[in-house]
Amino acid sequence: MIEKALKGNTIYWGWLALLLALIALGAACYIRQFNFGMGLTGMGRDLSWGLYISQFTFLVGVAAGGLMLVLPFYIHDYKVFGRLTILGEFLAISAIVMCLMFVMADIGQPIRGLNMILHPTPNSMLFWDMVVLLGYLTLNVICGWVILTAEKKEIKPPKWVYFFVYVSIPFAVSIHTVTAMLYCGLPSRHFWLSAITAPRFLASAFAAGPALILIFCVIMKKLAHFDAGKEAVNKLITIIMYAAIINAFFVCMEFFVGFYSNVPGHLHSLEYLFFGLEHDGHTYNNLVPVMWTSVVMCFAGLAVFSYMKLAKVQTDTLVVLGCTLTFLSLFLDKGLGFVLGGLVVNPLNEVTEYYPTLNEILVSVGIWATGFLLVTLLYKIAVAVEHEVEA
Amino acid sequence: MDNNRRSFLKIAGITALAGIGAPVAAHLSSSPAAASAEAHGAPQEGHEAARESGKRDGVRLGMVIDMRKFYGHPEMLDKVIAACDKAHNIPHIGNKKSEIKWIWKAPYANAFPDQSVAHSSKTIAENDFLVLCNHCDQPPCVRVCPTKATFVLEENGIVAMDYHRCIGCRFCMMACPYGARSFNWEDPRPYISEYNPDFPTRMRGVVEKCTFCEERLALGQQPACVEAVKDCGAIVFGDLNNPESQICQVLAKENTIQRSPAYGTKPSVFYIV
Repeated sequence: MIEKALKGNTIYWGWLALLLALIALGAACYIRQFNFGMGLTGMGRDLSWGLYISQFTFLVGVAAGGLMLVLPFYIHDYKVFGRLTILGEFLAISAIVMCLMFVMADIGQPIRGLNMILHPTPNSMLFWDMVVLLGYLTLNVICGWVILTAEKKEIKPPKWVYFFVYVSIPFAVSIHTVTAMLYCGLPSRHFWLSAITAPRFLASAFAAGPALILIFCVIMKKLAHFDAGKEAVNKLITIIMYAAIINAFFVCMEFFVGFYSNVPGHLHSLEYLFFGLEHDGHTYNNLVPVMWTSVVMCFAGLAVFSYMKLAKVQTDTLVVLGCTLTFLSLFLDKGLGFVLGGLVVNPLNEVTEYYPTLNEILVSVGIWATGFLLVTLLYKIAVAVEHEVEA
Repeated sequence: MDNNRRSFLKIAGITALAGIGAPVAAHLSSSPAAASAEAHGAPQEGHEAARESGKRDGVRLGMVIDMRKFYGHPEMLDKVIAACDKAHNIPHIGNKKSEIKWIWKAPYANAFPDQSVAHSSKTIAENDFLVLCNHCDQPPCVRVCPTKATFVLEENGIVAMDYHRCIGCRFCMMACPYGARSFNWEDPRPYISEYNPDFPTRMRGVVEKCTFCEERLALGQQPACVEAVKDCGAIVFGDLNNPESQICQVLAKENTIQRSPAYGTKPSVFYIV
């Protein structure tokens, strides 16, 4: 089936060329970082996780978001999502590859990465995160590829593959739960030390993942004559709305706990993220515009979707607008605010702000480009198979 | 002082036996814990006391920092820090972002962020405090490390580092409630002012921290910081599980505090303030 990715028009090849150029740029920056050390990033002794780990966290959510397509189709036999489940699986593959690349970019001795497997350590959540991420990647490769092959041959998928499909459902939940456990089990990081962290991660994942898939659907409708179907899009929007509202509710609960209890540890990160943190006569507030943008985008996205529901209109422009607002809102909230906000006050009650360096940003761009390249190729194959079957 | 020194060297010797010559120690006695108990002639009390408080059995090394002896003498703090830096080839990188520190000084409010500083005394407000790895009995850094590159030495409770196994994920730095860990953001070697050939330098991309000078203990020496201020005995080092050790006698006599004990880490470093 891979040959299907080798046929395309100018837009397709131009897009691939752009992605490859960005990947090359990212790779060059990574080589610089590899040769010099992590000092080329904006991270430091007091704030030692940054852009890489925060985007890793966000992308685990994108990978888990595919569950919102797989679960209704396979568990509830919701046939409308039939054409979309493969997109969820292929997006999960691409997102997890990006996750693994972000982790590799973040570790100081990537050459020793195999120590994670050579010296397995069950008490470390990072070990379990590796286990569930590699497991989920494998499951999606198996399910996606076998089901697509069956579709191409116009036969039913083999029965055994359903075993892996059903196993992949709890795995999708587990990847984001274990990723939350990286954070919520650390004694002195008050902002993360919250039992709501994992549920919040899952809620935002179930909004961000489907939102990205809907954006891709509209793009493929324009460029590749792939129609997801009106009802499927409508149902996904409902799912995104509920997930985004639940996420916002969880964030509000964090606000209540922090501000009503008035316990400094719970309060400081929220103050820093949304209002600016006063400390020793200096106000630290570099993420305040980012977080309010996230809040505005979240409600704007919900407003667009609500309008679509109430006025019973469904245009591609509105779908893309609503989904982009929701996706970016959650990216800013989880892909930046959550990790950086939790680290702004160090265990010695000193405040450090983080600014990523250009090198670090370009490495991240390179990793995103790799993910988009992968998703483009996989979706190209999926859509080509679909067209072949229809013809 | 003589007596104290002798009892200290006994612990150090046993630690060395257990650590460096494990087969020899195994030959001499069934376990390092038993060896220490025998040596101190108080097998029962020591062990029961340890069990009652839910602590690790056997030797558990700890430290009491008598801050009273440092008040008004900031040069003594610097002397301690310099001794550690020299003993462990700690680079002086000169920017806060990339700095490496094993033992350093911090204001009371930063060293003890959970303690009140409202109306603190002049002494507390004007003096800096020594901070270092607490060699916790329940170390969160060890709990989170995905490669066992940081671990508790069973024979003495030291939280040790394997610089050759560390993958540099910095999860331990996230977990440590004391900010005790440093990461090599770049090659540290060009920044070492006075090279000590007896201790390994580190490479970029790994985490490091205070090791309670396990390499010096193995030679029967005291930790570098303890030795730097030995004239006035400002830092007492020894076995927290042996009621007859000097450190336990100091702890029984003086009122001490630990840094952020509420995290349940059971720090092994105590302060007289």
